Amino acid sequence: MDSNTRIVITGIGLTAPNGDDLATFRRHLLAGVSGVQRLDVRHFGELPAGICHYDPLRYQKRKDVKNGTRAGSIAIYCCHEALADARVAVGPANAARVGVYLGITEHGNVETEHEIHNVSQYSFDMRFWSHHHNPRTVANNPAGEVTVNLGITGPHYTIGAACAAGNLGIVQGAQQLTLGEVDVALAGGVSESIQSFGIFASFNSQNALARHEDPTRASRPFDADRTGIVVAEGGAVYVLERREDARRRGARIYGEIAGYATNSDAADFVLPKPERQTECMAAALARAGLEPRDIHIVSTHATGTRAGDIQECQAIRPLFGAGCDETFFNNTKSFIGHAMGAAGALELAGNLPAFEDHIVHPTLNVDHLDPECELRNLVLNRPRAAGRVKAILNNSFGMLGINSVLIVTQPA
Amino acid sequence: MTREAIVQAVIEIIKEIVPDEDCSALDPRRNLREQLQLDSMDFLDVVMELRKQYGIEVPEADYPKLATLASCADYLEPKLCAR
Repeated sequence: MDSNTRIVITGIGLTAPNGDDLATFRRHLLAGVSGVQRLDVRHFGELPAGICHYDPLRYQKRKDVKNGTRAGSIAIYCCHEALADARVAVGPANAARVGVYLGITEHGNVETEHEIHNVSQYSFDMRFWSHHHNPRTVANNPAGEVTVNLGITGPHYTIGAACAAGNLGIVQGAQQLTLGEVDVALAGGVSESIQSFGIFASFNSQNALARHEDPTRASRPFDADRTGIVVAEGGAVYVLERREDARRRGARIYGEIAGYATNSDAADFVLPKPERQTECMAAALARAGLEPRDIHIVSTHATGTRAGDIQECQAIRPLFGAGCDETFFNNTKSFIGHAMGAAGALELAGNLPAFEDHIVHPTLNVDHLDPECELRNLVLNRPRAAGRVKAILNNSFGMLGINSVLIVTQPA
Repeated sequence: MTREAIVQAVIEIIKEIVPDEDCSALDPRRNLREQLQLDSMDFLDVVMELRKQYGIEVPEADYPKLATLASCADYLEPKLCAR
């Protein structure tokens, strides 16, 4: 292992509620196009949700879509797209040297709810419980489906990390490349959460589920009139490689994994703790060898809950104060909802094109900024031109007090 | 159900289980797994659908009797006629 190993992004595959490729996703983030729609949720009726529209049959047979999971299908789509974008083909020569590392907030809820509904139609006679349930619900399922589909024989597993998982999937991939365990890492995060009524119900019982007559207006982090979280599905997977390998093959480099950190609040099951979030950001900056003023975009985690939004701002202020005139803050969940395990990975992806166009996409739906969420250079409702964008800091936090921060820098 | 109807019902079940496969010209005397990409989980799907749609329980010892469309008809005909 060489601690000086540098890891770069050479491919991106994604599906978001407002775009199934990076170019469309970015265009819609700059144009203010939301991907939140009404979804008929079992036992609830219509709720706002982020729904993806990629074509599953582009890379899967109908049987495999039917027998697999939505998370697996999203992962397969994203991995194919990422590999194609990176111009990396998986074959006998490299199949054992490719690893799949996917962050998930949860897995198995969707299938378990479906099966319980299914057997309820048969008076709970367990002979009607599907033999597909276990392979669908094992925690490695989304990553495992990718390996089956693509013939990848290297390692695969998921990283269960609540809503910090998207960042941590990328971190895991970078670490495995640094360790020399693989030569190509497919790393990111996926979410199938909109198919689980229990996730909506639990947020509802926490008084943290967003509602709005116009679904595109439902997700509104930092706005004084926010009502909570819009649950979303989606995925973003990156092809990561060691920089020398990428350069040797002449790969396009989107950015470099410059720093990262993860820590734990050790405080509460659901409430965040700003001090630990600040420490996590500071640790990522230290690892990257950067000062806060070197960061030009902070992609916030804010989900549209009052406590979470305010406390993230409290965590940000001690670091990004005087001297950070060129640091802008934005939020992607306002466009797509909270894509759970995919959130961190998707939110980073939507900001990466700023290395080239120097534009910071906004956070949508802020009609009345919560005074407790005031940050200098918080980009509201319309994109802002930045003088330069050389480093992006991506926050992702989750329940049980898990924090993750990822810093990506412009390719050298 | 007539024997032809039973065969057609089994084909309809299989078409749902392996929707990518061409079931239009299956040889009733040849093993289904030689003609279609049917794995063991797919076969359990067939058993499950017979249970759900027709209330027929196929014990594991009888699975070989569902090897071909003709043997399916032989096996299922008395069970369906008895209902």
